[in-house]
Amino acid sequence: MAEHAPGERPRLDAETDPATSGASQADASETADADAEAGTVPFTLDGRPAKARPGEVIIAAAERAGTFIPRFCYHPRMKPVGMCRMCLVEVSGPRGATLQPACFVTVAEGMEVTTTSDKVKKAQDGVLELLLVNHPLDCPVCDKGGECPLQDQTLAYGPGESRFVEEKRHFEKPVPISDLVLLDRERCIQCGRCTRFAAEVAGEPQIDFAGRGERVEVATFPDRPFSSYFSANTVQICPVGALTARPYRFSARPWDLDQVESTCTTCAFGCRVAVQASTDRLTRLLGLDSDPVNQSWLCDKGRFVFESVNGDQAAGAPAPRDRLSEPLVRKDGELVPAGWTEALAAAAEGIRRATDEHGPGAVALIGGARCTNEGAYAWTKLAKGVIGTDSVDAQLADGLPGEAVLSLPRASVDDACRARVVLVLSGDVREELPVLFLRLRAAALEGGSHIVEVAAAETSLTSYAAVSLRARPGDVLTLTEALTPQGAAVPPPAHPQGALVSAEELARARALLAGDDGDGSGVVVVLGRPSLAEHGAVVAAAARRIAGALPAARFLPALRRGNVMGALELGMGPGLLPGRVSLDAGRDWFAAAWGGTPGTRGLDTTGILQSLADPQGGTGVRALLVVGADLPQDFVDAALARRALDAADFVVAVCGHPGGVTDWADVVLPAAIEHERPGTTVNVEGRVTRLGQKLVAPGQAWPDWMIATELAAELGADLGFASTDDVWDEIERLAPVFAGVTREVLASPSSRDGVVVQRPVGGVAARQVLPIDPIATPGVESVERQGAPPRVGLAEPPGAEELPHERRPRLAPAGGGEPVASPAPGAGLEEAANALGTPHVVPADRYSMRLVSVRRLYDAGSAVAHSPSLVPLVGDAAARANPHDLDLLGVQGGDAVAVRSARGMLTLRCEQDARVPRGVVAIDFNVAASDDGAPNAAAALIDAAEAVVDVRLESLR
Amino acid sequence: MAVTDAPRIVTARVGYEDSYTLERYLATGGYEGLRKALSMTPEAVAAEVDAASLLGRGGAGFPAGRKWSMLRKDPVTYLVVNGDESEPATFKDHLLVERDPHQLVEGVLIAAYALQVSQAFIFIRGEFALGLERVTQALNDAYDHGAVGADIFGSGFSVDVVVHPGAGAYICGEETALLESLEGKRGFPRIKPPFFPAAIGLYGQPTVVNNVETMSNLPWIVLHGGKAFAGLGQGRSAGTRLFALSGHVKRPGTYEVEMVKTTFRDLVYAPVYGAGVRGGREVKAFIPGGVSAPWFGPDQLDLPLGQDEVGAAGSMLGSGAITVMDTSTCMVRAAWRIAKFFARESCGQCTPCREGSGWLERVLRRIEQGEGREEDLDLLLDVSDNISPGLQWPPQQTTICVLGPSIPSSIHSGIDMFRDEFLVHVKEGRCPVG
Amino acid sequence: MSRFTPEMAARAAELVSLYPEPRSALVPLCHLAQEQDGWLTPEAMEEIAELVGVTPAEVRGTASFYDMLHTEPVGRYLVSVCTNIACLLGGAEALLEHAERRLGVRAGGTTADGMFTLEDAECLADCDRTPCVTVNHRYVGGLSAEAFDQLVDDLRAGRRDDEIPPHGTLVRVRRSGGLRVPRDQVASERQAMAAATAARAEAAKAAAEAQGAEGAQGKGA
Ligand SMILES: Cc1cc2nc3c(=O)[nH]c(=O)nc-3n(C[C@H](O)[C@H](O)[C@H](O)COP(=O)(O)O)c2cc1C
Ligand code: SF4
Ligand code: FES
Repeated sequence: MAEHAPGERPRLDAETDPATSGASQADASETADADAEAGTVPFTLDGRPAKARPGEVIIAAAERAGTFIPRFCYHPRMKPVGMCRMCLVEVSGPRGATLQPACFVTVAEGMEVTTTSDKVKKAQDGVLELLLVNHPLDCPVCDKGGECPLQDQTLAYGPGESRFVEEKRHFEKPVPISDLVLLDRERCIQCGRCTRFAAEVAGEPQIDFAGRGERVEVATFPDRPFSSYFSANTVQICPVGALTARPYRFSARPWDLDQVESTCTTCAFGCRVAVQASTDRLTRLLGLDSDPVNQSWLCDKGRFVFESVNGDQAAGAPAPRDRLSEPLVRKDGELVPAGWTEALAAAAEGIRRATDEHGPGAVALIGGARCTNEGAYAWTKLAKGVIGTDSVDAQLADGLPGEAVLSLPRASVDDACRARVVLVLSGDVREELPVLFLRLRAAALEGGSHIVEVAAAETSLTSYAAVSLRARPGDVLTLTEALTPQGAAVPPPAHPQGALVSAEELARARALLAGDDGDGSGVVVVLGRPSLAEHGAVVAAAARRIAGALPAARFLPALRRGNVMGALELGMGPGLLPGRVSLDAGRDWFAAAWGGTPGTRGLDTTGILQSLADPQGGTGVRALLVVGADLPQDFVDAALARRALDAADFVVAVCGHPGGVTDWADVVLPAAIEHERPGTTVNVEGRVTRLGQKLVAPGQAWPDWMIATELAAELGADLGFASTDDVWDEIERLAPVFAGVTREVLASPSSRDGVVVQRPVGGVAARQVLPIDPIATPGVESVERQGAPPRVGLAEPPGAEELPHERRPRLAPAGGGEPVASPAPGAGLEEAANALGTPHVVPADRYSMRLVSVRRLYDAGSAVAHSPSLVPLVGDAAARANPHDLDLLGVQGGDAVAVRSARGMLTLRCEQDARVPRGVVAIDFNVAASDDGAPNAAAALIDAAEAVVDVRLESLR
Repeated sequence: MAVTDAPRIVTARVGYEDSYTLERYLATGGYEGLRKALSMTPEAVAAEVDAASLLGRGGAGFPAGRKWSMLRKDPVTYLVVNGDESEPATFKDHLLVERDPHQLVEGVLIAAYALQVSQAFIFIRGEFALGLERVTQALNDAYDHGAVGADIFGSGFSVDVVVHPGAGAYICGEETALLESLEGKRGFPRIKPPFFPAAIGLYGQPTVVNNVETMSNLPWIVLHGGKAFAGLGQGRSAGTRLFALSGHVKRPGTYEVEMVKTTFRDLVYAPVYGAGVRGGREVKAFIPGGVSAPWFGPDQLDLPLGQDEVGAAGSMLGSGAITVMDTSTCMVRAAWRIAKFFARESCGQCTPCREGSGWLERVLRRIEQGEGREEDLDLLLDVSDNISPGLQWPPQQTTICVLGPSIPSSIHSGIDMFRDEFLVHVKEGRCPVG
Repeated sequence: MSRFTPEMAARAAELVSLYPEPRSALVPLCHLAQEQDGWLTPEAMEEIAELVGVTPAEVRGTASFYDMLHTEPVGRYLVSVCTNIACLLGGAEALLEHAERRLGVRAGGTTADGMFTLEDAECLADCDRTPCVTVNHRYVGGLSAEAFDQLVDDLRAGRRDDEIPPHGTLVRVRRSGGLRVPRDQVASERQAMAAATAARAEAAKAAAEAQGAEGAQGKGA
């Protein structure tokens, strides 16, 4: 795994080579790291010898040596600009010691740096006093008061009194610069962190400095807000209270907050966060600087969906109105509150009835991607081990077959960012996994990675791509064939209006992918779903073709939903068992441990729903467990989901919010959701990180693993878990890919960034943890951090959660037979993946257009729907098509059009969009059509069973 | 009065009514320097300039030959000519661009050849509308004449020259701010090091930035040889130089004089130059090199106009702007007006300059309006010290560029030389002079 | 309106083509937009953003740095009175006060009829004719109060139209064509010249060595 792509840029903080560090906690690698840490450039810091890394700026080298140099404009994740002058230190040079910005000057060998002289002190005092000249000093009413670097550094380094008695600069305040962020220009100290973030990190310079001299201000263009998905990072890195986020403004004072370290599970990228709460309500999420993952950034959705956890709670009410806080049982057609005992009994009864009459295959479980790993494992064990059904699927036909995902050679995010070539075969990465977009963009701009994109329409990566190939749904099969080293003779996918891809583009992409060795070394494929109107199996087949033709290529799954990777790794897919093994390969091992496993491969979500909707002679699915999934809203084929739910004999819904599936449920079990439960999660690269609990779940809501455990008990089986720790211990013991990832390893300070499974633990554990930027990441300890060397630690590490005493397990543990040999990670998966069929793609006809349905960051899903700040950001569905096509159809932009597929009909507004190629209609997934009112317009058109969806467009003008 | 018989090098033509036309230029030896240069090797041309000891005329006085030799070797290099002239009381480049644009163009082409640059840009202060027209016309004519563009005069050397208008910002005279501006950005100066233009300049490529007057000397130097130039003046300060004389003199104007051999007194009092102080008054103080320079008093009038001589006396020849203030001048008001200039022109990038300039201006205004406090004088000096530690010469700085340490010059000089006058303002709320 | 007219658009394209990177044309394009509209309209800034490949926020941010670029409308005549040091010594403050009274606006203001915007300017580099005044960046100073009044009357009556175009027209002379030397030609010529230089240096070194050897021999002999 250490063999990085040839195009890799040198990294100062690269992981040590696990091949040499061994598979266990290796002391050797830690010493090697310590050496790398110390650096190789000797210099003198305040009279003491110190060492810097090559190319390191003084401020960073000094910080590692324990000397904190005050700063405002410097941010370790952005290029230095040396503007604020707070970091001036004396540096020896040809003309004697001069004051130089420590953030800008690179340490040179033999350099003498003085940070404590009178001259330095005077300069720092001076800069602070000058910064306060035009500052309103309204700390008592400022959100930043109490965690403000300006306030803190003034206390630590500043002069006592201001000698400035003149009139200060005045601006109208505050002004919104976007829907989420407000700007108070009087507080701004012109450090340029926000504008640099917008330009340098996000690539969206919609805010910029305007004016000159004292009148320099941060400004947007009139009526063009800073509408970036990443806008609120500017709030986090603003060193004063100039930028504030609407959802946080005035909601808390820093000293009332307390916080825990956790991982954001809004998407599957797994950004590390500090979760802050005040009096049992979440108030704020801050990005932690995890070098291999989010490097301190968050997307605005991840930062603000916590509103949906708080829910809509009236003052003094016991629980939020829009959260489920007690179990419900349907009586006489109405859901009525019931205790856990009654609800669990009712659920067990329904399940038992189905299995008794029709066998274990009559029960199916959909969902699990919103669970913790512990929850996912417990549900898998319940479904596959206790009930005995393999019809378990964490995905809603919106992902890729589990066998395919798990069998492909895996790349980490860092691998992707250091790759020679990144082949992007997924939806728009900025929409799906926003912070991965930031990483890939930086890799393309600075790291020299070449991006080869295969996409139905222009995406946010297109302008950074070396080659961007247009592919309509279904085209990937031919296109990937043409992209293989042997593919020169394969013509580009045919298209009635002419090919969308030129032979030259193909040749360029082919050469890039093959590389010098012709085997795809240095290639990482970012693999997701380019369109939800194209069957996942099509993409999986294309991926297998690439893997076959380019054996050295590796894959970074770009599945989106929360902990979907954890769910898959823990067996929540048909044909899978926990720990990245196939049902066949793991059957004996798990049967021995659990006391049973399913006999045959079960159904995926589409299969389950079809089986429910069209029962064939009593062999099909009758009872459905839905765990944290909003089937009617999120499933790609709305009609099928509704028919299936209508037809189901028995439905149990496990979820945090009412609505959606609960409308069909016979039993509703309230679950704890994000930030209300400890545990672990797995991100797209297979990184296991710990989740922190900051809140107590409302009312009687329980965490998933506990619900599964109790339901199993009600079914007469003991899962053997009394705490999340118990669950993890069993995962570590039984699920092959997690072997060695013990709780101790996860809790060790050196695995703060988590542990990537199937990478030797030692190599990962020994990686260097970046100190968080003390002024990029405000927190309750801000005051201390400003003055002293910043501490690595920030939030409280997460703890375990236990069953209440009266609910300890009552039965003896199951399993316990003769030991069976553990399957190796990955066992049986490739065979299983190859056994998956390749769906037939019907050729396009001249009169139809192929439907592309892409996901947007802000959709009508329940998390956003319950987050008031985000709701206004959800767009409405429109049919976007190429102006040429619309001309031919006589449709104008803004017209209402009827879109018809074999599945359904939809009335939509039409938009001309030159970024959409000919022959394609793009309709965003999971957003409502304003004309039609369908909450997920596109899902009305999609047939989940078909490889592609063709539609006809008709003007209603 | 020492008025030397040194030739007029850059102002030889300005007396003609039509000095800016190609006809007049050709009739007076125009483009002969370029032809000669093209017949030499580029290194030989550069060697002549080096031998001339041509100190940059933009303000810093760095030898042009040395600067050229520092241009980092790279297939793509640029020449940028600084015609931003915005230092208050400086108006010599104004004369050159309006009255002898072809001389500038020829100088640019000689430098472009010597340096083998890929393209040259003449950045001209936006407010010089007529100057922009004259240089644009000259360039058009020069293109037609075969002096610019492809295969210049059949020599095989090709280069394009572009005239770029500024848009009103003093800081864009600072060479790195100028490059930012030329790249289409705000004129925020870059941090030197590493952004010395000769190493990392326009678009990150090695770039020579030279002043208009520096360029305008080149045709003469090539034609007459570096030695002839170095034979004028004295020591490092070779040749003649343009001085813009303003303020309370009888004949303000731009004068080309031989360096070192001429003194400030010559310039102020010689009938062909300033012709003495207006109204027969005495010199109270004078600014020897633009408002960035510390002031001199009457006792320094006999200093020679030489870079090192003036430097040693604690100020600079700077942009060649000499402003004479007679005994009727309120020095507080003068200092305030200069501070106001810097406050308006600070680019706003770095804290000490952005905030300090405005603060100093406000305090000076208060004093000037009779609302000062005694401690204000120390405050002024201390805030100045936070911009330019030690208030010494040559200055140190806490700022990115040297606009910062230019701010205190007049304040420090004013308080140093005229403390009593400041104190009368503070204590009595009135001006002792006016 | 406010978008570039076809003629202006052609000039804009030519301006962009003069620079190795399009963004360099930002300021010249702002001048061009002012020539068309008298000031920088939001629409013009958006169009310039498209032409040079930046965001409108960056165009506005950059333009607002420069005194000559006006993101608000200005009068047909921008009257700039310098009050910096040389002009101050030459009576600029009295003239500015006079101008304020005469035009009925404070410095920075525009007359109600949209004819004049008065400006308290920094040094205009014409310090031997104080107090220095420009109108639309054409020098008309140094002016007495009477001469100022005459100037205002002349401008109102259109008597100086030849000399002073309306605000925005900065340069009436246009560059007569685009770049003449293709960039790749420059590149190859520079390469050839660099090779020749290197060869000359080599030859010179060889010659020097030979001479040195000769000299040494000569001494020895
Ligand atoms: C604030 C500031 C303003 C300047 N203004 C000008 C200017 O208007 N014209 C100029 O030629 N040089 C100006 N300079 C000097 C330039 O930075 C640079 O030294 C000069 O253009 C180099 O040309 P030279 O070597 O031919 O003198 C200025 C420097 C500073 C710090
Ligand atoms: S010293 Fe002044 S002009 Fe120079 S960079 Fe700093 S703020 Fe800008
Ligand atoms: S100048 Fe170094 S932190 Fe701002």
